[in-house]
Amino acid sequence: MASSTVKLDELISQEYRHGFFTSVETDTVPRGLSEEVIRLISAKKGEPDFLLEWRLRAYRHWLTMAEPHWSTVHHPPIDYQDIAYYSAPKSRQDGPKSLDEIDPELRRTYEKLGVPLEERALLAGVAVDAVFDSVSVATTFKDKLAGLGIIFCSFSEAVREHPELVQQYLGSVVPYTDNFFASLNSAVFSDGSFCYIPPGVRCPMELSTYFRINARNTGQFERTLIIADKGAYVSYLEGCTAPMRDENQLHAAVVELIALEDAQIKYATVQNWYPGDKEGHGGIYNFVTKRGDCRGDNSKISWTQVETGSAITWKYPSVILQGDNAVGEFYSVALTNHYQQADTGTKMIHLGKNTRSTILSKGISAGHGSNAYRGLVKVAKSAVGARNYTQCDSLLLGDRCAAHTFPYIEVKNPTARVEHEASTSRIGEDQLFYCQSRGIAPEDAVSMIVSGFCKEVFKELPMEFAVEAQKLLGVSLEGSIG
Amino acid sequence: MNPAADFYRDAFARVATTLPGSELPWLRRGREAGLAFFAEAGFPTLRQEDWKYTSVAAIEKSRFMPPPPTANGVAPGLIDAWGLAGTQRLVFVNGRYQPRWSNIDPLPGGVTLASLAEVLERDPQRLEGVLGVLPAGYPSGFAALNQAFFSDGVYLDLAAGVALETPVHLLFVTTEAGLALHTRNVVRAEAGSRACLIEHHVALGDGAYLSNTATDLVVGQDAEVEHLKLQQESLKAFHVAALDVDQQQGSRFVSRSFALGGGLARVDIRVGLNAEHAACTLDGLYMTDGRQHSDHHTRIDHARPYGTSREFYKGVLAGASRAVFNGRVIVQADAQHSDAYQANRNLLLSDNAEIDTKPQLEIYADDVKCSHGATVGQLDPEQVFYLRSRGVGEVDSRTLLTFAFAAEMIGRVDMAPLRARLEKLLLGRLPERVKELV
Repeated sequence: MASSTVKLDELISQEYRHGFFTSVETDTVPRGLSEEVIRLISAKKGEPDFLLEWRLRAYRHWLTMAEPHWSTVHHPPIDYQDIAYYSAPKSRQDGPKSLDEIDPELRRTYEKLGVPLEERALLAGVAVDAVFDSVSVATTFKDKLAGLGIIFCSFSEAVREHPELVQQYLGSVVPYTDNFFASLNSAVFSDGSFCYIPPGVRCPMELSTYFRINARNTGQFERTLIIADKGAYVSYLEGCTAPMRDENQLHAAVVELIALEDAQIKYATVQNWYPGDKEGHGGIYNFVTKRGDCRGDNSKISWTQVETGSAITWKYPSVILQGDNAVGEFYSVALTNHYQQADTGTKMIHLGKNTRSTILSKGISAGHGSNAYRGLVKVAKSAVGARNYTQCDSLLLGDRCAAHTFPYIEVKNPTARVEHEASTSRIGEDQLFYCQSRGIAPEDAVSMIVSGFCKEVFKELPMEFAVEAQKLLGVSLEGSIG
Repeated sequence: MNPAADFYRDAFARVATTLPGSELPWLRRGREAGLAFFAEAGFPTLRQEDWKYTSVAAIEKSRFMPPPPTANGVAPGLIDAWGLAGTQRLVFVNGRYQPRWSNIDPLPGGVTLASLAEVLERDPQRLEGVLGVLPAGYPSGFAALNQAFFSDGVYLDLAAGVALETPVHLLFVTTEAGLALHTRNVVRAEAGSRACLIEHHVALGDGAYLSNTATDLVVGQDAEVEHLKLQQESLKAFHVAALDVDQQQGSRFVSRSFALGGGLARVDIRVGLNAEHAACTLDGLYMTDGRQHSDHHTRIDHARPYGTSREFYKGVLAGASRAVFNGRVIVQADAQHSDAYQANRNLLLSDNAEIDTKPQLEIYADDVKCSHGATVGQLDPEQVFYLRSRGVGEVDSRTLLTFAFAAEMIGRVDMAPLRARLEKLLLGRLPERVKELV
């Protein structure tokens, strides 16, 4: 196995594939955070007063909070005054009238990332609201969606065009007092995506946003708000890549999902931000607050995530099951290699009757990677007949990695049924031997076993994403046996 | 400085000279260190992760007093009723050893079985390393208070290769309300030795008091120790217990904890598999009703390779009671070939009961086999249907199935007299007509 080990080492230490830097002139607010900076951001974006007031309330609340330190992740202290809180491509000045007017440099960036714009968008059947640093540059398929009454646009545009919807729903799932990073986001969020599906409409295509951190030293503070009105359905994809750089970057996004009666939201993420180099230098700090609210009866929210990037991933996409018969789902694959750290999981808060939740978490740790599942299943007294099934599996590759499971189960209703199962193991010698004895090379065998390990989660992803996710895992994992 | 500190400092000043070993400078320093630690740390609060679900504010408010050095009378008949056949019995009343109610048969050579106070008088250097310092690793306000105030407990030392075939029954009796009792047990089982202990807490009457006990156990190479615990404190009592186990190579340790009493009971069991091929089993059953609160925190540390741990806890919750289970399994970076399994099953019987369970795995090695599971649920409707179809009423069917659920843990006890006692206690909770069915 000696020769294959060399090959595997090469594979496992592969350089970050999406590491390129696009030089576009950016209009950046000076570093640092103060009420002035918030007023400036708000003014630059021409926001109504209610939003500025909300930002300022969030900022003042944030000042009273302390950075949390309870998780298993470790990082050097973050200097919040050393971050530029706003940067927008200069070309935004006049606003592109069509795709042709988009800065060719930007277009090339998207092409490298494989963002399906223009015809490619049509072929791929994906409408893209591409976020390049902070301001949305192009949105496709808008007309088609508009015909159905679907609003899918950048957050800034939503603030301009549909302030009543923004005012009604913003902060109703993740209030600005929620946690340190959510408060910071509420104060300084630059842009993001907004989506509203009117009653009874089934969104005919997968909606997709590619977030991308580009300008040096600009933390990204995205805000996403998705509302599925009564009986509506939407499937939303979020994919991330970032250019290579040395300095750590903070990403503190907030995602709010609201499902009204009989509505359904599927939210899928493939996160592949720069994870830092082999020694653990650099990489993105991904501290995200994601929460869905099944507000109406029979509503359903499903989170699927494949987390392979970032130096630190720290997030718990959650579902509040308020409506009766509401369903919450969480499917996750989290991979940590080299010195990556992940502390992720979910919260399922059962409030309504006959609410059901499923949690399926697959953690893979390699190298010095550390991977923690942290989850809460809470069954309130009102949640008669609530049902939860949780399965957390960890796969260990390498004797310096770590895998943790911290499930919290709080049950206050005797009719609830809650099950939690977790296992941790490494790829068995016997499994490898079995494959090898049938002529399968060790790296292929590992790849196969890992694919099998993650299969239940991948099958929840839309097809394009499943392919990308498989590839991502393949690159990072194959070499971890030795 | 926390507000309770002054109260306990005054209390300490009053009783210091009556505590065992008060003339030993090292112990005096140790006790004062405990007091100083408590002044700093105070009682745990809900903001501490390990105490998230268990509020001890009521203990802080109650201002329980250290007991007077002389014991109140307990009717010998009662002691016999609590006693277990075929055991060495040591009785502690209000935290002090009572030779006249105890019964120690001739011991095999190499076995020292005595009260802690007696050893401190006769042979104090045996204890200097153990009692002179705060319990290592996990000091809490309760450990600190215990360190400052412990009034007695058992000392059991087994020389290499000695087997103590008769189980040791430690009966802790509390006779009146308002007391704060701090007891400390020290057990040393040297290489290849074997012993079984039963820690049994009972009370006269239904008063509120604090029973704060700490047990320090070393299981030497290839030694085998079983620690059985039956907690039948009064329903208003506060019971706080810590069990720290240090396991050496190839040793075997079994803990079975039966928590039936207490208004608020908190048990911490921490086992260190500190050498290769050590194995431990941690079993437990908690049954709560009324407004009882029962909390088990266990921590199994696989520090060295080839360790095995098996943990199984069950809970039955009725009334407006609440139970907490927190099982933490750690596999350290060098502890390859560790094998850990943990399960927690809970039965919620009433609308107002609450269970908070948190099985945790923290793994830093790759060649390991670890799994855990936790469930919360009700009785299987099909099983109820089965019984009903055979003419057993709905209520009786449920009672019977609940009994069977709990009885599984009792069936795992090898020591016959204790098993019989537990069965009797469990049956005592059943209505007469159901008893006939068992």
